[in-house]
Amino acid sequence: MSHATTEDTATTGTAPEKSVAPKKKAALSEGKRAERKLGWLLCAPAALTMIAVTGWPILYSLLLSMQRFDLKFPDRTEWIWFDNYVTVLSNPYWWNAVWVTVLLTVVTVAVELVLGMALALIMHRALVGRGIVRTTTLIPYGIVTVVAAFSWRFAWTPGTGYLAEALGGEPVLTEKIPALLVVGLAEIWKTTPFMALLLMAGLALVPDDLLKAAAMDGASGWQRFIKITVPIMKPAILVALLFRTLDAFRIFDNLFVLTAGSQGTSSVSMLTYNNLIKGLNLGIGSTMSVLIFIMVAVIAFVFIKLFGTAAPGSDDGGKR
Amino acid sequence: MAEIVLDKVSKRYPDGALAVQEVNLEIADGEFIILVGPSGCGKSTTLNMIAGLEDITEGELRIGGQRVNEKAPKDRDIAMVFQSYALYPHMTVKENMAFPLRLAKVDNATVERKVSEAAEILDLTQHLERKPSNLSGGQRQRVAMGRAIVRNPKAFLMDEPLSNLDAKLRVQMRTSVSRLQKQLGTTTVYVTHDQTEAMTLGDRVVVMRGGVVQQIGAPQFLYEHPANLFVAGFIGSPSMNFVPATLENGSLRSVLGDCTLTDRVRQLVEGADAPREVIMGIRPEHFEDAALVDAAVLAAGGKFTSQVDVLESMGSDKYAYFNLTGEQAASAELQELAADAGSDDVPGDGISLVTRLSSASGAVEGASADIWFDADKVQLFDPSSGRNLTYTER
Ligand SMILES: Nc1ncnc2c1ncn2[C@@H]1O[C@H](COP(=O)(O)OP(=O)(O)O)[C@@H](O)[C@H]1O
Ligand SMILES: [Mg+2]
Repeated sequence: MSHATTEDTATTGTAPEKSVAPKKKAALSEGKRAERKLGWLLCAPAALTMIAVTGWPILYSLLLSMQRFDLKFPDRTEWIWFDNYVTVLSNPYWWNAVWVTVLLTVVTVAVELVLGMALALIMHRALVGRGIVRTTTLIPYGIVTVVAAFSWRFAWTPGTGYLAEALGGEPVLTEKIPALLVVGLAEIWKTTPFMALLLMAGLALVPDDLLKAAAMDGASGWQRFIKITVPIMKPAILVALLFRTLDAFRIFDNLFVLTAGSQGTSSVSMLTYNNLIKGLNLGIGSTMSVLIFIMVAVIAFVFIKLFGTAAPGSDDGGKR
Repeated sequence: MAEIVLDKVSKRYPDGALAVQEVNLEIADGEFIILVGPSGCGKSTTLNMIAGLEDITEGELRIGGQRVNEKAPKDRDIAMVFQSYALYPHMTVKENMAFPLRLAKVDNATVERKVSEAAEILDLTQHLERKPSNLSGGQRQRVAMGRAIVRNPKAFLMDEPLSNLDAKLRVQMRTSVSRLQKQLGTTTVYVTHDQTEAMTLGDRVVVMRGGVVQQIGAPQFLYEHPANLFVAGFIGSPSMNFVPATLENGSLRSVLGDCTLTDRVRQLVEGADAPREVIMGIRPEHFEDAALVDAAVLAAGGKFTSQVDVLESMGSDKYAYFNLTGEQAASAELQELAADAGSDDVPGDGISLVTRLSSASGAVEGASADIWFDADKVQLFDPSSGRNLTYTER
């Protein structure tokens, strides 16, 4: 492209400055346009696939959510616009599920952040057996969630489970608060390694020299962590929190296996599943899906716009 | 402010590498001392042990008369300037410089005053609110200095603080570092691999090689009285010429012509129990165009005739380069120096020689010239041990 431009100016070298300038500009923008077109072409397959597998289902859910559409009574299907939303939003089961989900999300993500950071620091600083430490830490994350959930369920089942026996044979999974505690524990056990991995990548961003300099400046270990390490790895922390919050908000498999949503332990995803798949009520189920979609979008928006989380892989990731 | 004493300090890294070996060094209060040597010789390790960033394997480190081996860096009251500057990217220049004071819980008014004083000295006043990423290399370097000087530490440690700057700025900053140190009078240990920095900055220079201290002394003393081949070759630019030579009842035989040893040199050589085959070292400025030397003086030196390979006229004097046929002086030290300078794989055999002649010399590039050297300025080295056979304390 620059080659073309120089040739251009060379041939019109004798012409006055004025006529050269626009010509140069035209050549430049022409090249740019071709580049842009190529860019679109290269994006197209991915964009079309995304539209087909996510865009359309979202739109379809929106359409379903505005109809009375129950497969048990297919001939009563009709457009009722926002009536489904009124039904869902005035339903105490829905609000219970929302609070259960929010509670589980906030508590598990907070605990995972603290534990994950501790694990990341251990893995980052480990002098001996670094490989072993990392591998053992990752085991929970490597197990299929459903399988892990079943092992938790058996462990908590009175008569067979070692954890239940250890606590005196109480059927903890049959009461709301203890059951939620167990679900939270299973979630934390399962995904802390993921948090730790993301945070460890962030720790690697902190240059050793800075920590040495801070030590020379008189900072204790804790001060170095709070005043140097955390601010510098803040982008990585925010990304880890964003990923985990979005994930935790959609909690399903652990709940499905451990309590199946009984005793008011349903999360929003659980409730949606029960209405949509089990109850075959496409209208109400879709309304719930749309509401979950909106809540997740709001979480992402808050993280990215208010906390300034850089999208992973974007240019200014890590810089402020 | 305090004196720093290293008493047989050694460092062995966990992987078994012995990086520093029995370093003995007494740094006086207010002294500016330079650790110099090729890269990998243990300068940074030594500095980090003084800082407390590396544990001392053996020996004792005393600051102000007190053993500090077990003290954490933050309790040693020492400031350090890093090669990478190690500025905190999330803090402004002001916050960077105030950081050590804030940690020391100094009150706000004092922090403001000290930071603005330091900024004044370092010409950073108009950059105080900027982030390090928006500063030039020279400005970042000054912020790093500023962060070190704000809290009046007992000592400054600097690890190649100027080596990330471009050549011109480096020379400028060299003078300001020197001025700053004189002004503050704070004990300073400065690490560099650049012998020019070592010669121009320090009160005393410590030359290291492979974790072992080779010689400690004032720059001029090291230049005139190197203890061994390594120091002789490392200090000075252009560096000393080395030629294999044979000692034969009071005279010295080499490709530079035969010469009679002066009484001074002969006594030293006899006292040192010299072998027959030696390496003769002679600095470029101890050569002269034979035509410009008095007949009486001419006899007190050696003379050779050779074709001038390259002639560089500097105005005040001329550098004449020669390429003489013959074996190069061979020793482990010289090989290491060549490797460090990156000249070990420069093609060409024979002995290359750099001479500095006065500007009145009529030497012409490509033509033959008669060159004389001063026999009293010759230094002789033992090729096997590298020891200077003509070493004197004065
Ligand atoms: N953390 C370390 N672990 C093992 N060996 C090291 C470590 N740091 C430095 N070394 C070795 O110690 C020697 C001295 O290193 P260093 O003090 O950094 O040299 P210099 O600063 O003079 O270039 C080198 O051979 C280097 O490879
Ligand atoms: Mg170094």
